[in-house]
Amino acid sequence: MSDIKKIKDEFLNKLSTDLKIESVNQIKSELFGKNGKISNSFKNLGSLPAEERKKFASDLNFIKDELQEKINKKIQEIEIKEINSKLENEKVDITLPERNIVQGKIHPVSQVIDEISSIFSEIGFSVEEGPDVENEHYNFTALNTPDNHPARDMHDTFYLDDKKQLLLRTHTSPVQVRTMLKGKPPFKIIAPGRTYRSDSDQTHAPMFHQVEGLHIDKNINMGHLKGCLNYFIKSFFEVDKIKMRLRPSHFPFTEPSAEVDIGYELKDGKIVIGEGDKWLEILGCGMVHPNVLKNVKINPDKYQGYAFGIGIDRLAMLKYGINDLRAFFETDYRWLNHFGFDPLDVPSNYRGLSR
Amino acid sequence: MKFTIGWLKEHLDTKFKDYEIIDKLTDVGLEVESYEKASSDLDNFKVAKIINTEQHPNADKLKVCDVDIGEQNTVKVVCGAPNAKNDLLTVYAGPGSVIPKNNMKLTVSKIRGVTSYGMLCSESELNLSNESHGITELKSNKYSDKVGKNFFKNNSEKVVDLSITPNRPDCLGVRGVARDLAAAGVGKLKNSSNIKIKNNGSQKIQVSITKDKNQGCTIFGSCFIKDVTNKESPKWLKDKIISLGQKPISAIVDITNYVMLDLNRPLHAYDADKIDKEIIVRTSNKDETFEALDNKEYKLDNDMCVISDQSGVLGLGGIIGGTRSGTNLNTKNILLESAYFLPRSIRKTSKLLNIDTDAKFRFERGIDPQSIEIGLKKAAQLITKICGGSVSKFDVQSIRKYKKNNIKFKIALFEKIAGFKIKDKEIIKILIDLGFEVSKKKSELELKIPTWRPDIIQPIDVVEEIVRIKGFNNIKTLEPEKKRIKDTLNKQQKLFHFLQRSVASKGYFETVTWSFTDSKLNSFFKENYREIKIVNPISSDLDVLRNSIFPNLIFYLKKNLDRGFKDIAFFEIGPIFKDNKPGEQLTIIGGIKSGKISRLNWNEENRSIDVFDAKKDIIQTLIEAGYSRQSLFVREKSPSYYHPGKSGSVYLDKDDIDPVGYFGEIHPNIIKKLDVKTEALVGFEIYLDYLKDKKLKIKESKSKFQISDYQKSDRDFAFVVDKKFKAQDLIEIISSIDQSLIKSVKIFDVYEGENIPKDKKSIAINVTIQSSEKTLDEKDLEKINKLIISTVEIKSGAKIRS
Repeated sequence: MSDIKKIKDEFLNKLSTDLKIESVNQIKSELFGKNGKISNSFKNLGSLPAEERKKFASDLNFIKDELQEKINKKIQEIEIKEINSKLENEKVDITLPERNIVQGKIHPVSQVIDEISSIFSEIGFSVEEGPDVENEHYNFTALNTPDNHPARDMHDTFYLDDKKQLLLRTHTSPVQVRTMLKGKPPFKIIAPGRTYRSDSDQTHAPMFHQVEGLHIDKNINMGHLKGCLNYFIKSFFEVDKIKMRLRPSHFPFTEPSAEVDIGYELKDGKIVIGEGDKWLEILGCGMVHPNVLKNVKINPDKYQGYAFGIGIDRLAMLKYGINDLRAFFETDYRWLNHFGFDPLDVPSNYRGLSR
Repeated sequence: MKFTIGWLKEHLDTKFKDYEIIDKLTDVGLEVESYEKASSDLDNFKVAKIINTEQHPNADKLKVCDVDIGEQNTVKVVCGAPNAKNDLLTVYAGPGSVIPKNNMKLTVSKIRGVTSYGMLCSESELNLSNESHGITELKSNKYSDKVGKNFFKNNSEKVVDLSITPNRPDCLGVRGVARDLAAAGVGKLKNSSNIKIKNNGSQKIQVSITKDKNQGCTIFGSCFIKDVTNKESPKWLKDKIISLGQKPISAIVDITNYVMLDLNRPLHAYDADKIDKEIIVRTSNKDETFEALDNKEYKLDNDMCVISDQSGVLGLGGIIGGTRSGTNLNTKNILLESAYFLPRSIRKTSKLLNIDTDAKFRFERGIDPQSIEIGLKKAAQLITKICGGSVSKFDVQSIRKYKKNNIKFKIALFEKIAGFKIKDKEIIKILIDLGFEVSKKKSELELKIPTWRPDIIQPIDVVEEIVRIKGFNNIKTLEPEKKRIKDTLNKQQKLFHFLQRSVASKGYFETVTWSFTDSKLNSFFKENYREIKIVNPISSDLDVLRNSIFPNLIFYLKKNLDRGFKDIAFFEIGPIFKDNKPGEQLTIIGGIKSGKISRLNWNEENRSIDVFDAKKDIIQTLIEAGYSRQSLFVREKSPSYYHPGKSGSVYLDKDDIDPVGYFGEIHPNIIKKLDVKTEALVGFEIYLDYLKDKKLKIKESKSKFQISDYQKSDRDFAFVVDKKFKAQDLIEIISSIDQSLIKSVKIFDVYEGENIPKDKKSIAINVTIQSSEKTLDEKDLEKINKLIISTVEIKSGAKIRS
C-alpha cells in the first residue's frame, strides 16, 4: 500500500511541474505502459493474501483513476496553451476596414409616397394611378374647367400637339375622372404621381408630384373632409396636435373649395409643424363639384364627397427640412445620399412611418 | 387686387380694427397676400454726410465729394454747390431717384470725366423751398444720427393686396370687397351714393353693335362730355392711384381707372374729335391692323371684337384702346364708353394677341352687365367736377338683355354638404347681405342672383357662399372611419414598390429625373419609338418626352463623375413614352453602374464593373420578385445602345416572345460621344408592364417540403464545345437529363486558348447528384455519368475533355 501511495505522490508531483507534451506521454507510459508501475501493481494483485487483496485493489483503482485524470487534464492544459500561443501569433489589426459596403437609397419622394399610402391605407383608401400624358378633356373639361376658363391660366401647361389636345397632366385630378368612369361608387382613393407645369424657379419645378384624394359616397360632407385631412396631417408629421385651418378658395372642380393652412413656428431656422402662430399653405381641397360628378355619369343628388390635392415634394421638404425643390430632381450623389432612405425603412402601419 | 383700408371705408361703415379686417378677408376667401406700405419714389432720398470734398480735376466750379450714405462704402458724387463741404449733413438722391421738382430721373453718369453716383439735392429740387443756391443743409443736432435713413417720411397708407380667385370678379373692385366683409359681420355696406348729374342733350356720335355671328360685345353704353379741360389729377386721386402702385396719367384716364378699381367697372375714354363720324362695334377682319395704347401695332385675325369708326379700328373692345383716339392733355371733347364684353371673346382675343390689361383681366372673368350706367355716372360726375364740361344723355345700345338668374335652393342642402346646421334666418341674412333677393317657400328659398356674381349658377354655389361667410371654422372634424373596402395596392403597384426597394438594396441610389429629356440625348436610346416633341418646352434641352430611362440617368451620372465621384450606381423607376397619347407609356425600372468594384480596398482586388454585375442585379431582382431562376432565360438580343457582344435580354420563360428586361455594358460609341469618363458603364432595364402576374400568391406557392437525406455526390466534367455554343444551353441539357437525380449544375471554369482548337472553348461543370430513394453506389453514379456525357455530346456536339 505504501508503495503505491509513494508512486502516486511521486507522479502527482511530477505532473504538477511545467511539462511538455512528450514528458507527459513519457509519464503515461511509465505508469500505464506494458511494464508501467500501475500496470505491474495490478499484475501483482494475485500474489496478495485474499483479505488484503480487496482493499488493495480498491486503493489501486482509486489511484489509477486519479493519476489518469491528472494526466488527461495535463494534456488538455498543454494543448490549450499551445493553441493560445499560436493564436497570439495569428492576431490581425481588427481596426482595418471591413470589406466594401454597398448601401442603396430610396428617394425622399418615394419614401413620402409610401408614408402617405400607409396613412391613407389605414383609413380605407386604395391607390389609383393614371397616365402622365393626358388629353385636354380629362385634365380640364371633365373637371369643370372648360376651354376659355381663366382658371386654365393658373396651370402653365406643357402641350404635345399644336391643337392643344394632348398635354402633360397639370395635376393628378384627371385620375378622379378616370377612376369614377371605370367604376361605381363608393370611391375612396388616393392617386399619387408626377405632374407637370411649364414653370421653373427656386420654388417651382417643371415636374413635381401630387397626391390626389377622392372620397365619394352617399353622405360624405365637409366634416369628413376636415377629419380626414386632420388625421392625415397629424399622422404624416408624427405629432399629436396640429393647428389646421380651412380657408375658402376656388377650384373649378370643387365647390365649396378650400385651401388648408397648418400652424408652424421657426426654431433655429427650421420649420416646426403644429406649434406657433404662423400659417403655411399645404393643400387644396373641396367638395367634388356636381358638374364633375355629372361628367362621369354619377348622380350628384345621390352621391357626394370630397377631393383634395397635396404637393408631395413640398410635404417632403417640410417634414425632412429640405430647402430646395429643384435639388429633388438634380440627381446629386451627395444629396441623394444625405436625404435618401435605407431601402429597408419601409413605412408601415405597425412599425410606424419612420424610425 | 390692391386697395387701402381708407378706400375700403368709403364703402364700409365699420368699427373693426385694421388687423381684424385683414383676418376676416382671409376667412371669407379673399386671401391677403400682403399688407404693407407701398414703396415710394421718395424712399430713394437719404440723409447723408459729406466725408471729403476734392476739386473736380476738369471743372473749376465742381467738387467731387465722398458721401456717407449709411452703407459700408461711401459713394462719389460730383456736386457744383458752393456750400458742399466736409462734415455737412445733406440730402442724397441715388441713381433711379426722380427729382420732385423737375421729374428728372437720375442715372449713374460721367460729369466731365468723373463718374457721379447720384446727386446731392437743394431744397428747391426737393420742393421744400425756393432755395436753389446750394445743397440742403441739415441741422446736425437733429440729423447726425440719421445718416442713411430716409429723408422723407413715407406717409402713404398701408396697401392690402388680395389674391382674388378667378370666380370672384366682383371683388376686383373695392365695393365688392366691402360687401363680402359686411356680410361677414364686419360693419355695414354704405349705400351707393346717389349720384346726380345733369345730362344735356343727346349723345351725338352714333353707336351701333353689328349682329355678327361671333359678336363679342352685347351692350355699349356711352356719353359725350364736351368742353373739358384735361389736366393733372388732384392730389387725392393721384394718391389713390399711386397707392396701388400705378402711375397717374391725366385726370380723365385716372378717373376711368379709379372707377374701375372702385366698382370693378372698366371704362374707356375716347378723344371724341378723333372719331371718324360714328362708332361701330363689330368683329374684325383678318389682317386689319391698329396701334394700341401700349404703342404696339397689332395685326388682327377674324372675329375679334373691335370698336371702330368709319376709318377703321379704334380699339380692341374690353382689352385695349388705340392711340388714334387716345386722350391727352389737349383733349376737349370725350366719348366715355361703358360696355359689356363676353368673357369668352375677350379671352380668346387676348390669348391670340398675347395682351394682358386690367380691363381684359376683369372682362374675361365677368363684369356686372348692369353696371353700365353707374359707371358712366360716377366717371362723368368726377370728370365734370375736375375737368369741367357738360355731359350728354347716356346712350345704351344692346343686343342682349341681362336679367337676374333664379335659383331654387333647398335649405337642407346646406347641412347635407357642410355637415353642420345654421338657422334659416341666418342663411337668409347672409344671402341678402351678399345682394341676393330671397323669398322663402317652405323648405326652399327662391333666389335672384346679383348680376355681379357670374360664378353663382347652381345651388351648390349658394352653399359655398353660406359656408364661407359663416366661417369654415364651424365645420366639424369627423374622425375618419378605419374601414377598408379594397386592398390598398393592386398587384402591379405592389410589384412597383417591391422592385424599387429590391434594386435600392443592391447599392443603387434612387433618383427621380424629369419625364422629358434632351432630344439629342434621347436619340441614342429611342430605338423604334416615336420622338415626342413638347410644343412649349421649358428649355431647348428638355424638348422631348423620354423614350428610355437611360438618357437622363447617364446625363446625371456624367455630372456626378465630373464632380469627382467614380463608382456610382443610380436607378429610377418611372414612365417612358411610346407615343403622345394617354396610356402610351411604360413603367420601367432602370439602373446604371459605373467604375470599379473594390476600388482602394486593402484586402480585395479591384476590378472594373462588367456585364455580369448588371446580369446579377437584374436576375437577382427578378428572383426576389418571385420569378424562378430555372425558368428565366437569357438571349443575346438587346437594344442598340448596349455593347453588341456584352449584353442580353431576359425572358421569364424560354418560350416567351417578349423580354422583360435588358442588361449589358453601354455601347462604347455612346460613352465616347457623350464623353462619359469612367472605367466601365453597365446598365439594366426591367419592363414592369411585361412582368406577367405570377399565377400563385405566396401562400399558394409554398409546395410540400420534401428533402432527401441520402448521400450527395459531386462529379466534374469538362466539355469542349463550339465557341458560339451557349453555356445556358449546356446547363439546360444536363439539368433535364434526370431531374430526380441531378440537383444542381454549376459552371466553374471557362477556358479558351492553348490545347483547345481556335473555334472551341472548354467549359468545366460540376454536377450534384442525389437520389431521394437511396444512397447511390458506384454503379449508379457511373451510369448517370455516362448518360450525361453521351447526352451532352449528342445534343451539343461537344466532346468530353479527357
